[in-house]
Amino acid sequence: METKIRQLSSNLDPRYFQIVVLSALLLYGVAILDFGIRWQNAIAIMLTAQFVQLVGTRAVQLPRFDPLSPLITSLSLTLLLRTDDVRLAILAACIAIGSKFVLRVRNKHIFNPANFALVSMMLLSDHAWVSSGQWGSAAIGAFALACLGFIVLTRAKRAETTLAFLGCYAALVFGRALWLGDPLGIPLHQLQNGALLIFAFFMISDPRTTPNTAAGRILFAALVTAVAGTIQFIYFQPNGPILALILCAPLVPVIDSLLKGRNYRWEQPKGVL
Amino acid sequence: MRILATIAAAALTVAISATAQAFCGFYVAKADTSLFNKASQVVLVRDKDRTVITMANDFEGEVEDFAVVIPVPTKIEREQINVGDRAIVQHLDAYTSPRLVEYHDADPCMDYRHFEMSMDSAAPQAAVLEEARKVARSRGVTIEASYTVGEYDILILSANESSGLVSWLQDNDYKLPKGAERVVDSYLKQDMRFFVAKVNLKEQSKLGYQYLRPLQVAYESNKFMLPIRLGTLNADGKQELYVYALTRTGRVETTNYRTVKLPSNVNVPEFVEGEFADFYRAMFDKQVEAENERAVFLEYAWDMAWCDPCAADPLSAQELRELGVFWTGGRGGSKIAPMPAQDVFVTRLHVRYDGEHFPEDLMFQETGDRQNYQGRYVIQHPWKGEPSCDISQYQAQVRERQEQEAQQLANMTGWDIDDIRKKIPFPEGDAPVQEPWWKRIWG
Repeated sequence: METKIRQLSSNLDPRYFQIVVLSALLLYGVAILDFGIRWQNAIAIMLTAQFVQLVGTRAVQLPRFDPLSPLITSLSLTLLLRTDDVRLAILAACIAIGSKFVLRVRNKHIFNPANFALVSMMLLSDHAWVSSGQWGSAAIGAFALACLGFIVLTRAKRAETTLAFLGCYAALVFGRALWLGDPLGIPLHQLQNGALLIFAFFMISDPRTTPNTAAGRILFAALVTAVAGTIQFIYFQPNGPILALILCAPLVPVIDSLLKGRNYRWEQPKGVL
Repeated sequence: MRILATIAAAALTVAISATAQAFCGFYVAKADTSLFNKASQVVLVRDKDRTVITMANDFEGEVEDFAVVIPVPTKIEREQINVGDRAIVQHLDAYTSPRLVEYHDADPCMDYRHFEMSMDSAAPQAAVLEEARKVARSRGVTIEASYTVGEYDILILSANESSGLVSWLQDNDYKLPKGAERVVDSYLKQDMRFFVAKVNLKEQSKLGYQYLRPLQVAYESNKFMLPIRLGTLNADGKQELYVYALTRTGRVETTNYRTVKLPSNVNVPEFVEGEFADFYRAMFDKQVEAENERAVFLEYAWDMAWCDPCAADPLSAQELRELGVFWTGGRGGSKIAPMPAQDVFVTRLHVRYDGEHFPEDLMFQETGDRQNYQGRYVIQHPWKGEPSCDISQYQAQVRERQEQEAQQLANMTGWDIDDIRKKIPFPEGDAPVQEPWWKRIWG
């Protein structure tokens, strides 16, 4: 029986889990936290993403239309992007899915679509922003988010990026607190941030935009942390991790070419937690 | 020996404008004077990396005891410090206050409360009296400059290390609360600087003010934040802080704490008119608890050009200029006929904090959200004239409505529903709950 379930779960596309978790987070955010997600934006993003995916599929003559990937991107965008203009939400979805088809190197897209769209919109308009503080820092909520996200990851078998990022980020904020002589409550509070966990579990972990090797992914996560720390604690700008990911993404092909020898296929079952 | 204590008494800013104000720095006073951080009002004017901060105070004590140490996110010079006009902060407070709106059943005309607006204008003066430069002798701290600005003596401190600053404060009879050295050290490592403001009694009597005017600092820094950590060190319990952010693009929110809108546009029973302040305080207490004491609350977000209903007129261009809104025209507006201000969006945030629930300083960001929000509570007066026909149906409706208002009020404030019902003049003196439920079915 147990083996059967295991077989079933390993055969099932991990993205279904991801969709379930992101949808649950969206519902939690709307129903319990009430943090200003507009339904018209959510619908506009979902429909536009599917439409652009369809157009892209036809244009580059992919064998079949895949609705899952744009759905995941739409959910991430809906969770993180705030705007008071529905046209900007539509534009964000176009940019996100469009970037997958246009910005490619060696058959991989360079940027995580939702990440690319978020940063583009923040640069393009004053009316698009990310509300990173709106998840609150209730420890239990953070814990629940982490666990849920973790399930998604173990199915996706790419936990290194997330774990390495969270590990490096924790080392960074605790290290900074030690250097400043701050009480540990401060780094703990910085880690109990819903947006940070969503980023770690659902954005940086994207198997299509991270290096091919485990070592490469850990190196990549460390780089993203370093850049995020610089943005957040030296330039004092919000959304450090989101900006850092976009800045580091072009390095993925470089890391891949440097660490070519130790490539492994991600479909292989790997003894990840 | 003086004690480095913290900020002063609180009052909720409700129907009446807040009279209690304080600094976001920390007070220094004689040992037998107990001063506590309780409430502060801070105006943050921000565009790109330019900030003008105005800190109003409600110091209640002998002014000769008064001194305050204020952290600023960057190095500053004398010209960056100014003394502001307290009336303008009071005006901003009144303009952004939660409001009570009244409607009368018979008369559809709206009548809203007007708030008394203080117009005693004390034009800010920055008397520049250079004092002899004092140089501290010891431990890496230099008083970079010492000036008199209005009624304050200002000492700008530059310290290489916290022990220098701390020792200097101690040498000058200031006693730091426990843990202050660590916070000062942390701030210095983050390139923050401090200045000390003391009351110059001679200047104060010359200027003739009976109260202390707000201090203003203009600086350029990426940091859009408010240092609150020092104020929590020796505070007696929770403190109240009101932040009025004046920006160009839209609403301001905290990036490291949740910013939550308070319940608004709710109908409340008629008696709330007489106890609006109590109602608002109870509602706020309940909301703070519901958010596990970790949220910042939005009380007002509006384009400064107008208001509906107005708790007070929007600030004039001149008043905005004096608060440091550097991007508007400025001197054109007159106080007698306030010009509608343009290109300024005001956000009023209210936070109740202590060190346990707010370990980090408040970090802000400006969003693109220009949606208007206000704390608005509605009283719907039943018609009370002599009836010339059968009004039993109307009375039943009123009873139902009043019961609903009572329940909403109990939910929002945590007040006892029976106590609320006792204060409501239900038609014919009966609360609807006492009416058997089956009467309504076939009634």
